[in-house]
Amino acid sequence: MANITNEEIIQHIQTDLPGCILSAEESFGMCTIEIPANQVKNLFQFLYAHPQMEFQFLTDLCGIHYPNQVDKELGVVYHIHSLVNNLRLRIKAFVPKANPQIESVSSIFKSANWQERETFDFYGIVFTGHPNLKRILNVDEMTYYPLRKEYPLEDQHRTDKNDSYFGR
Amino acid sequence: MSIQIADAPPGIQGQGFFATSIDKAVGLARANSLWPLPFATSCCGIEFMATMASNYDMARFGSERLSFSPRQADLLMVMGTIAKKMGPVVRQVYLQMAEPRWVIAVGACASSGGIFDTYSVLQGIDKVIPVDVYVPGCPPRPEQIIDGITKIQELVKNEPLRRRNSPEYQALMASYGIK
Repeated sequence: MANITNEEIIQHIQTDLPGCILSAEESFGMCTIEIPANQVKNLFQFLYAHPQMEFQFLTDLCGIHYPNQVDKELGVVYHIHSLVNNLRLRIKAFVPKANPQIESVSSIFKSANWQERETFDFYGIVFTGHPNLKRILNVDEMTYYPLRKEYPLEDQHRTDKNDSYFGR
Repeated sequence: MSIQIADAPPGIQGQGFFATSIDKAVGLARANSLWPLPFATSCCGIEFMATMASNYDMARFGSERLSFSPRQADLLMVMGTIAKKMGPVVRQVYLQMAEPRWVIAVGACASSGGIFDTYSVLQGIDKVIPVDVYVPGCPPRPEQIIDGITKIQELVKNEPLRRRNSPEYQALMASYGIK
């Protein structure tokens, strides 16, 4: 049983970091908050060090692309876990595709290092302050960010397949 | 149990001697003592394990000795999906093999990328190294892999001894940027 409720978490954040929460919702008992991209490091530091909350475990960090969300096309979703309270929190931050920059949290969570590289690799989101931001899974020569919803799934560089056999 | 011995190549036989061309004699020896290097990345590799195991037993064709060093291998067997990031590794393994060397692409992925028509997968290993025999299937059954091996044996038997000096072979290598 959690020692702290979702409402109390939101209360704590609103008191100490006013204006940090853009929106908050709860689904299946898990709280989701959206924050401005420039507040990421601030908020994570606060949640990590807070004596009641102690969100000290980063479960997951990933990117997402909403092509129709003007000026908030690219997003980063963080899942953090408070082990002492057995409570999880989902945090979303969005950046414009024209300038996809967000603060790195790798100085707070060591595990964020590779996950941020992966997010950069597939979505082109630049994590400022990351110690070694380069592609991690794809070949270094790749010139695009393959999981952005801008490209057909198939390899565009191949010459040997006759498209008419594949209905395209 | 009967022991099968490879047929002698065509030649001239008389009392106490047998004459044939050295190409044929060496080809016979090579074909029946291939050392394969398995480069197994996915499910085709599992089929290959069955091929090597007692039920199908590739050793019957003289290939019982797998070489895990490319420097001692004659035949590179690429089995499974090769991601683009793996491409340079396959190429380096091929470059480390000594001549004469042969390559067999086992399965749809190694031959053409297979179902993985996507940004991260090499669309056939023939994009980075020359291939002698393609085995279709997803994955191919051990019988098909053995069929591919026997096709390689035919090539080995019938290829000129110094194929690496032929202009065609050198042109092929040059087209892959291999010296």
